Amino acid sequence: MFLANADVRKVARLARLAMSEAEIETARAQLSGIFALIAEMQAVDTRGIAPMSHAQDVSQRLREDAVTETNQRELFQSLAPQYKGSPQVEAGLYLVPQVIE
Amino acid sequence: MINASLKQISAHLAAKKISSVELTQLYLDRIAAFNSRLNAYITVNPEMSLAQAREADFRIAAGKAEALTGIPIAQKDIFCAKGWRTTCGSKMLENFISPYDAHVIGQFNNAGAVNLGKTNMDEFAMGSSNETSYFGAVKNPWDRNAVPGGSSGGSACAVATRLCAAATGTDTGGSIRQPAALCGISGLKPTYGVCSRYGMIAFASSLDQAGPMAHSAEDLALLLNVMAGFDERDSTSLQREKEDYARDLTKPLNGLRIGLPKEFFAEGLSNDVAQAVEAAIAEYKKLGASVVEISLPNSRLSVPVYYVLAPAEASSNLSRFDGVRYGHRAPDYTDLADMYEKSRAQGFGAEVKRRIMIGTYVLSHGYYDAYYLQAQKIRRLIAQDFTEAFRQCDIIMGPTSPSTAFKLGEKGDDPVQMYLSDIYTIAVNLAGLPGMSIPCGFGAANNGNPGMPVGLQIIGNYFDEARMLNAAHQYQLATDWHNRVPQGL
Repeated sequence: MFLANADVRKVARLARLAMSEAEIETARAQLSGIFALIAEMQAVDTRGIAPMSHAQDVSQRLREDAVTETNQRELFQSLAPQYKGSPQVEAGLYLVPQVIE
Repeated sequence: MINASLKQISAHLAAKKISSVELTQLYLDRIAAFNSRLNAYITVNPEMSLAQAREADFRIAAGKAEALTGIPIAQKDIFCAKGWRTTCGSKMLENFISPYDAHVIGQFNNAGAVNLGKTNMDEFAMGSSNETSYFGAVKNPWDRNAVPGGSSGGSACAVATRLCAAATGTDTGGSIRQPAALCGISGLKPTYGVCSRYGMIAFASSLDQAGPMAHSAEDLALLLNVMAGFDERDSTSLQREKEDYARDLTKPLNGLRIGLPKEFFAEGLSNDVAQAVEAAIAEYKKLGASVVEISLPNSRLSVPVYYVLAPAEASSNLSRFDGVRYGHRAPDYTDLADMYEKSRAQGFGAEVKRRIMIGTYVLSHGYYDAYYLQAQKIRRLIAQDFTEAFRQCDIIMGPTSPSTAFKLGEKGDDPVQMYLSDIYTIAVNLAGLPGMSIPCGFGAANNGNPGMPVGLQIIGNYFDEARMLNAAHQYQLATDWHNRVPQGL
């Protein structure tokens, strides 16, 4: 399987990873090697085989629709990343760059 | 004391020959003396550890001690522990102080164990050599130019060098068993769903499983007794009766049928590892077991299948690291997309980015059926191979890793070579079976360097941990590989 730099650039954008042109070139070479390894599974005949998503075929449990967590907003907000020396929270909200004019 | 079993330590604590505070201080002093050479720990916090030790001493004095009360345990830095820095080996979480306890941490706290510190690991558990850690590689205690294995390399190194009484690890594709093998210790990955994943930073949720790492099978059983248990906060935690994993340790092995997968003894296995594993099988025959050749024909596909499924799940799990609520945020950015892209580019290392890219690609529009769905179907074929094999045997044995520890930097530039070092362990995670590794000898000496440890892998049927621990314990009664200690520490 051969990847082009344009494919890698597209995937990096989907994954929200900033990459320089040099990094894209390195990633292309390495990912091509990994996809060559992965290609071994394409030849396997899997008609009629059900996909297995988990080891134990158990159904998801349901629980009472009740509040189980206590409100720890202040504790959680104290973990917010800093920007120019201050934690990016205000009035119980997280601050990000403006997206709507 | 540092070579004593957990049972012996517990007896010493009960008899007041040593207090938990003294024992904890002993290990903290050893960490202070040796960790700079080994890099096994990312974080130690003597104040918090000693506070837990003091509580344990009160509990012992009050006659309310349990098996692990007062015993210092090293925790892999993937487990969130309240008030402890929890980095997962990443710059992304370099300054993250966990606001809560993982279920496994809570279980140890309830048992009165002491959290001795957080051990080094490959970044987000993605690696087989510990070289992807943002905090630098752990050194193999038997040869400090060699890797300790990964991703639970810090825990394996700390156990091998007696920088803790025992440790925890997690295993997504071999991350407990491979470092246990390479460092010469015992490690167990339970059946998927036995230990809760709550508070264990997620890598590939359908494969991740926590387990103990220790000096012996007997110690592993006591640790698993504490770690295992139903937890409703993990949707895949299994609701089962509580069991005592030490209950069968003393059973004789007469009549045990050991399956040897022919695919695990084929091309790619080093001679020295093959010899040590074959000698271990011969020992098992002496102990009354019989041997049958089995086949796991689809196991050769486990590496490609794993490198679709695990990165796919990882790319989804790691999307939470966006620089908004916690973790690293880039110092400069122009808009929201730029903030995400730069924060993630700076916070994640090369291997993590590589796996996110693989996962994003295989899940992207138009490729899902060809990669993800195909991999899930082959996953079932791999699991069915084991079901078939367990009709002919009670337990499966083979090598844990195709070679002994390789040199630091040796496989750094070639991700595919690194991925292939987990060739014997990955199928077990895909099937969700329990697997363990115990020391079974040493590889070939070369250039004046003594041989490096070899691990024997033991694979059990679902929920057969007690039988695996029995088999491992009986072997450890007859041999002393698990008591060997690296020199100079």
